Amino acid sequence: MSPLNIKKGSTSHSAYDLRDPHAEVIEVHTLAVLVDNESGVLARVIGLFSGRGYNIESLTVAEVDRTGHRSRITVVTTGTPQVIDQIKAQLSRMVPVHEVHDLTVDGPAVQRELALFKVAGKGEHRIEALRLAEIFRANVVDSTLESFVFEITGTPEKIDAFGDLMRPLGLREIARTGVAALARGV
Amino acid sequence: MSKAQSRQMTGARMVVQALKDHGVDVVFGYPGGAVLPIYDEIFQQNDIRHILVRHEQGAVHMAEGYARSTGKPGVALVTSGPGATNAVTGLTDALMDSIPLVVLSGQVPTFMIGTDGFQEADTVGITRPCTKMNWLVKDTSKLSDTIHQAFHVATQGRPGPVLIDIPKDVQFATADYTPPESARIGHYQPRTKGDPEMIEALVEMIETAERPVFYTGGGVVNSGPAASRLLRELVEATGFPITSTLMGLGAYPASGKHWLGMLGMHGLYEANLAMHGCDVMINVGARFDDRITGRVKDFSPHSRKAHIDIDPSSINKVIRVEVPIVGDVSSVLEDVLERWVARGRKVNREALAKWWAKIGEWKAVKCLSYKPSTKTIKPQYALERLEALTKGMDRYITTEVGQHQMWAAQFLGFEEPNRWMTSGGLGTMGYGLPASIGVQIAHPEALVINVAGEASWLMNMQEMGTAMQFRAPVKQFILNNERLGMVRQWQELLHGERYSHSWSESLPDFVKLAEAFGCKGIKCSDPKDLDDAIMEMIRYDGPVIFDCLVEKHENCFPMIPSGKPHNEMLLGEADTQGVIGAKGAVLV
Repeated sequence: MSPLNIKKGSTSHSAYDLRDPHAEVIEVHTLAVLVDNESGVLARVIGLFSGRGYNIESLTVAEVDRTGHRSRITVVTTGTPQVIDQIKAQLSRMVPVHEVHDLTVDGPAVQRELALFKVAGKGEHRIEALRLAEIFRANVVDSTLESFVFEITGTPEKIDAFGDLMRPLGLREIARTGVAALARGV
Repeated sequence: MSKAQSRQMTGARMVVQALKDHGVDVVFGYPGGAVLPIYDEIFQQNDIRHILVRHEQGAVHMAEGYARSTGKPGVALVTSGPGATNAVTGLTDALMDSIPLVVLSGQVPTFMIGTDGFQEADTVGITRPCTKMNWLVKDTSKLSDTIHQAFHVATQGRPGPVLIDIPKDVQFATADYTPPESARIGHYQPRTKGDPEMIEALVEMIETAERPVFYTGGGVVNSGPAASRLLRELVEATGFPITSTLMGLGAYPASGKHWLGMLGMHGLYEANLAMHGCDVMINVGARFDDRITGRVKDFSPHSRKAHIDIDPSSINKVIRVEVPIVGDVSSVLEDVLERWVARGRKVNREALAKWWAKIGEWKAVKCLSYKPSTKTIKPQYALERLEALTKGMDRYITTEVGQHQMWAAQFLGFEEPNRWMTSGGLGTMGYGLPASIGVQIAHPEALVINVAGEASWLMNMQEMGTAMQFRAPVKQFILNNERLGMVRQWQELLHGERYSHSWSESLPDFVKLAEAFGCKGIKCSDPKDLDDAIMEMIRYDGPVIFDCLVEKHENCFPMIPSGKPHNEMLLGEADTQGVIGAKGAVLV
């Protein structure tokens, strides 16, 4: 018989995935998990990752539907294709989980993170920091004679790059929100 | 009065009302400060029987025994703090073996939560990883909905244990009771119907298979009696050989002519070699556990595999399969049978005959043979005699964990599902005695035997008090080798015969222990006396502790050593020299 007459994606675990399931390559995936906004739900999701030895690179969570009591958890994780599939299956079967979307394979998605950078310095360093902030379209949200707090939004890579540039200019503190992501289009 | 859509009542009364509405007839529990209002309600009614245990772990294992032997969810009631933490082992056991349980725990009043109050523990935090779902109910108006949802979650999809933590003030406060029919139970509705295209693919596999094997598990039992019936129909109609995991014994009858016996680490030679050599493997409700697969890389290397499981996360977790079918076993098997019949009931008879001939060669090895003795009771002999003398009776078997458990699985035959209760996934020593009581409470007239080792049995022996108090005539058949037999076996095979702490000194006199509990004790050490002693145990109207002194150094064979594939089985003592390498020793 030809096993290939099975429609791709006809179960949650199609063996006819185009990715090589045996590949040992580590992939980075952004998952959006829609959950009931009830006490303990975040602990449950995080407990799954720690209990089964999965990685969390970034995690954000907030209520997105007040009337429906729904929260959206965006989690960036890494693993082999098999591990990623297992993470999605484990998340999907949790009682308070409504939907799991893999924004990395479902199609193009926008990913954004917000970060605050406190940079202290005088003279040339201060001017250079301000100039670079303009290039990165970062906003100054606090300023004293000796410091700035910049607010920057972008991909995690852009925020990393901005941090690298600020470091020699007197970087003191960083606060990052973690990634929020949505699929493009409707 | 049941017509009323809603009624005002206290939280404690709601608990009892909800249990009644879900058809609960027995609760296993232990009172304490934080559950006193519920116990007060239990006192004032007669519909629900409460079994007072001696330790909360016992309550949960009893509920497991009850659930597994009836197919209904088991219910346990424990107090806050230590009551709840004592329940953790039982909850984890039920989670690993997919047993539906509803555990109710008391909690300190809501205004005291977080103050390190007396007998306060973060019960939902502690039990989150060992339940399918749990809830802390902070408002009496949400209590009845939560209980209804708990029964729904515990029994739907892959069954499992759930826990509801109920603060004491929530038990005292009053609110409207919502009956189950009008409860909001949430969105949890796992898929039960298999994908038609996948089912078609499986039917094609069945039609063309040359060396097929059914590999079945606890999912068949959990799916209900229809699943076992359909499985039997499919096996008889196709003529395919069938093997089962420890958890699935009884779904297909041991007397059936296609039965290969249990597979896995201590499974039968013919079953494991059939798994290794097959070209089509049909996994029905099993999960490719490490006790089954051995070395994953070399697991059944030449087969195409189908996997029927209600839990999508079980599929492709350990072993990649070609035909994954997410669905309930009975629903999927019904569809498979229907399609296979509609397409002309085709199988490759010629190839199948050759395959059976090959299996016949493996069977001829007689892998369960052992060296008999006229002086000491061999544990295998004890179980052969137990089997012979109880066959055909209305019999339920529970076990503890270790060598005796494997021998019981090898030497006892099960003709029906729900007759065999054992701790498979978690391997909980101390499971069998309380589980046997739970089974006996559910089936008062049946013969319930716990096949035990003396070490496991001692772990929860306090429950003999429960058996006495509630007149549960459970038979404790203890294969006493004065050793932690399985630990000893591993130390012999892979730790240079250094028997570090694997024997028990100062064992109790089990006959006197029986007398102390007020039940019957029987001791037997001579094979000649064994039959009479077993008959005495069966005939006695009450609980029995049977101290069967067996050969102390018997090893359990066949055995697939850790880290080895199925075709490298040990069949007896002669095979054991230096078989487990350093890599295997790391595994459990």
